[in-house]
Amino acid sequence: MAILLEKSFPVEAGAYSTAGEASTTIKRTLKQLGISTEVLRHVSVACYEVELNLVIHSLGGTLTLLVDPEKVTLISKDVGPGIPDIEKAMTEGFSTANEEARTLGFGAGMGLPNMKRNATEFDIQSEVGVGTTITMSFALA
Amino acid sequence: MNVQQLTELINARNMTPEADANTEVTCGYTCDLLSWVMAHGAAGMAWVTVQTHMNVIAVASLMEMAAVIIPEGIVMEEPSLEKARDEGIAVLQSDLTAYEICAILAKAGLPGKNREE
Repeated sequence: MAILLEKSFPVEAGAYSTAGEASTTIKRTLKQLGISTEVLRHVSVACYEVELNLVIHSLGGTLTLLVDPEKVTLISKDVGPGIPDIEKAMTEGFSTANEEARTLGFGAGMGLPNMKRNATEFDIQSEVGVGTTITMSFALA
Repeated sequence: MNVQQLTELINARNMTPEADANTEVTCGYTCDLLSWVMAHGAAGMAWVTVQTHMNVIAVASLMEMAAVIIPEGIVMEEPSLEKARDEGIAVLQSDLTAYEICAILAKAGLPGKNREE
């Protein structure tokens, strides 16, 4: 499938004040491409959740946006620490967020389930000590 | 109801006059857990929260909300307000409590969010 657009955004661990900047840029980019409001909303929510996860839980990573004629794809790839129990992490209400994140109103254990709910396809691969890769696609039609 | 009418209704101070006061408000909501709002927010929403940091604006903007209402005379910090102005999100500061604000909005006929969404 021909890639119409590819953009990568580095996301820094613990950078709470700038969390959401990559998602805002991605939303703006997709809006300019004429993506429908409905799809835009799903991508925006999932994108912000995954960006926050990079800030709160990872040691840093990259968020990549891919657009082809059929779908929008978001890939979040971090450099660790990895998730020991993915099934548990996917459970609504389960969170390992630290005190700082909780003070800001995060850490309700809604992130991963909310990504899955908003994406057409959702995949998570993780290895402790290596890192986590989340791939989400959003159908355009 | 638009943002201007909402502002008058709860006797709030509009901290972002740059945002379009004609924006239509579709529903009301109150919650201080941002993760929860990410899962349950809606476009056009008027969201009452005591949280005032930058991420509040990021959430409101990504969800295409109409306004963020800060209750009980709490002051939103300037960097957050600046971001709100950039994003075109109305920030209203009110001396009323979240409960009182919601009661007024409900009485004026503003619904809660559509649960089907």
